[in-house]
Amino acid sequence: MEEKTPAVQMRDITKRFGTTLANDKVWLDIYRGEILALLGENGSGKTTLMNMLSGIYFPDAGKILVDGREVVIRSPRDAFELGIGMIHQHFKLVDVFTAAENIVLGLHEPGRLDRKAVAEKVRAICETYGFDVDPDQKVYDMSVSQKQTVEIVKVLYRGADILILDEPTAVLTPQETDKLFAVLRNMRADGKAIVIITHKMHEVEALSDRVAVLRHGQFVGDMLTAKTNAQEMTNMMVGHAVSLNIRRPEPKDPKPRLQVEGLTVRSMDGILKLEDVSFTANSGEILGVAGISGSGQKELLEAIAGLQPVERGSIRYLEPDGGGAELLGMDPLDIAARGVVLSFVPEDRLGMGLVGSMDLTDNMMLRSFRRGRSPFVDRKSPRTLASQVVSELSVSTPGLGIPVRRLSGGNVQKVLVGREIAAAPTVLLTAYAVRGLDIGASHTIYDLINRQKEQGVAVIYVGEDLDVLLELSDRILVLCGGKVSGIVDGRTTSKRAVGMMMTKLGGDAHE
Amino acid sequence: MFDFASFIPRAVVQGIPLLFGATGETLTEKSGNLNLGIPGIMYVGGISGVIGAFLYEQSCGGDVVPALALLIPLLSCLAGSLLMGLLYCFLTVTLRANQNVTGLAMTTFGVGFGNFFGGSLIKLTGSAVPSIALSATSSVFSRSLPFAADLGWFGQVFLSYGFLAYLAVAIALVAAFVLRRTRLGLHLRAVGENPATADAAGLNITRYKYAATCLGSMVAGLGGLYYVMDYASGVWSNNAFGDRGWLAIALVIFTVWRPNLAVLASILFGGLYILYLFIPSGMADKELYKMLPYVVTIVVLILSSVRKKKENQPPASLGLPYFREER
Repeated sequence: MEEKTPAVQMRDITKRFGTTLANDKVWLDIYRGEILALLGENGSGKTTLMNMLSGIYFPDAGKILVDGREVVIRSPRDAFELGIGMIHQHFKLVDVFTAAENIVLGLHEPGRLDRKAVAEKVRAICETYGFDVDPDQKVYDMSVSQKQTVEIVKVLYRGADILILDEPTAVLTPQETDKLFAVLRNMRADGKAIVIITHKMHEVEALSDRVAVLRHGQFVGDMLTAKTNAQEMTNMMVGHAVSLNIRRPEPKDPKPRLQVEGLTVRSMDGILKLEDVSFTANSGEILGVAGISGSGQKELLEAIAGLQPVERGSIRYLEPDGGGAELLGMDPLDIAARGVVLSFVPEDRLGMGLVGSMDLTDNMMLRSFRRGRSPFVDRKSPRTLASQVVSELSVSTPGLGIPVRRLSGGNVQKVLVGREIAAAPTVLLTAYAVRGLDIGASHTIYDLINRQKEQGVAVIYVGEDLDVLLELSDRILVLCGGKVSGIVDGRTTSKRAVGMMMTKLGGDAHE
Repeated sequence: MFDFASFIPRAVVQGIPLLFGATGETLTEKSGNLNLGIPGIMYVGGISGVIGAFLYEQSCGGDVVPALALLIPLLSCLAGSLLMGLLYCFLTVTLRANQNVTGLAMTTFGVGFGNFFGGSLIKLTGSAVPSIALSATSSVFSRSLPFAADLGWFGQVFLSYGFLAYLAVAIALVAAFVLRRTRLGLHLRAVGENPATADAAGLNITRYKYAATCLGSMVAGLGGLYYVMDYASGVWSNNAFGDRGWLAIALVIFTVWRPNLAVLASILFGGLYILYLFIPSGMADKELYKMLPYVVTIVVLILSSVRKKKENQPPASLGLPYFREER
């Protein structure tokens, strides 16, 4: 490998938040004309490290060199001036502004604000790299991938040649991801330095030239992507050998458990969220639900759980002995009173699932406080349950009396899933069960879900990572704009086919 | 026949304090600060002007120089309302106190402050009626163009006001232009919509919030000054300002945060406020008519939330404190 001077050198960077050491003497080199993948589990300090490069945080110790010169980056503006631009995981865009207005936000170009000239310049950037952005479109009218494009154009407009992307593909469909990667390769060819933060191995392998791994705030090492493999990288991230495969036991004696027919849901604003959705969920089987975010997944689960008013359709619960009950029109209490044990792990963990400011015991009690005749609540059994969940799912918490909001995302999820599973459900609904969790925590959750499946529970698993859906689900229901685009076998279908079905009803006929 | 030539000027003079208040509040709200202290600030603006004018009139024995009679109340009004704005910013931006509570407390404080100094001045003059008359100052403030009276209904409707009225319209139009068309306005709106984004774009959130809120307070304070010096002919009596401050906040919502619309809407509000004077008596109680501005505001609020047009919604982070490291 020929000698190149790094565009950015980070040396002994240390950052502390309170008592947690987020970055501990990290070294990192970023080169021009190269795509660097920054890997690490949640909480390993990837985003913190990059935030220090983009001026959001200021390092407690260590130095940063840009093009061999030591620099001090105190604010995002300092970063722009050094040509460093970051595309954050949560888009930093103003909804009621147009793309162009967002792009020039914060710039102090001389002269008055000339919207036409800005639009011209934006179009020119788009043509160079193959973006598709309408400068006059309002952000609230844009899809997620369009918003991301605006973010990228924004940093390019500022003349950035060192780009940092924080989990850019988390919200994209496979097709959009391919498009993004093509653009990133164009930029690499143009001599820009690119860093992407991710924890998806296949993306690292497909896109990056070099990989750097962080673990618990420390720099573990870097290597050329071509000379390593997913297993080695994962082991470096986690610190010990892990199995990357998700188990998929054969369904045992599947019987129809939940029969949904012609389900149509309209939102409060009168927008059709689900249209004529029909499917059957079997016991002892995981039914994956795929779709671009906002295709009706949330409404589907909430309708089954009795939280969403339904326009028409039917949701029949079929008991193992052949009896059945119509769940439609019942609220969660009615459903429970019928003896149907339905567990719901909602997308919004601290909004719908748990109460953030209450402790573990009280959160367990949310499911049981109605039991008993005494006017006083029974605090003993929820406490037992809480300590059981903590020990069985190895939740890392200082104690049962701590508000759940102070736990990390993975632990919050374990508490929620633990509580829902403890109810011994016959139907388990999960929405984005592993969102924001790292590989270790995700695998714990997959395992829990698989164990439920083996106990004969009908699991409906709404997910966003197609690779996981394809490995975990027995069948996959693909939603597209609130309609069923198709139901495919998880064992035989391909990622590409599911991706096509997500964007187009029924997928591509020629495939 | 309804007498428009006399109705409109009266509606305008009722509307001008509201226009000042609404323009000031709109500027403030665009930075994400919901300043419910506006009624108190307008009150303080009024009394500060009164104090300045009173001291000046006392010191020169009623023989005033017009330029000073204008400048002294104007500057003391601006200083008083600026201090109120700074206090509000310090509490809500620097200390991140709850904006609603702070605003309401400031309104209570401002009214008390005004009544305290108003009462003291009334005692000092030893007058028989509970009010202070500053007729010399007022005559400077309410001076209109000399030929206005010769122009018939045109002069009466358009040219019969003191200079503060025209200043109110000018400030509102300039504010609208700055918010809509300039880089500065774009940045200010970004701060109110999404401070985290504005911060990442390199804007100094604290500076924008302070500047917009203090400027807004000063503009609103002028509404109090106009009310005393021009509308009330220089007569201050405690609590006479009434609910005009709240009406100004209602006007902000009514005009969906657009100062240019506020120019006409303030006249509409002023008209509704005094409509009872032009309706044959016995038709209804005047308090019912005074309710009309609030009723139309509620109607606008309902319409704009039903239509859900994003541009007509309040700034997205209105009322929320911003703290960079909170995630």
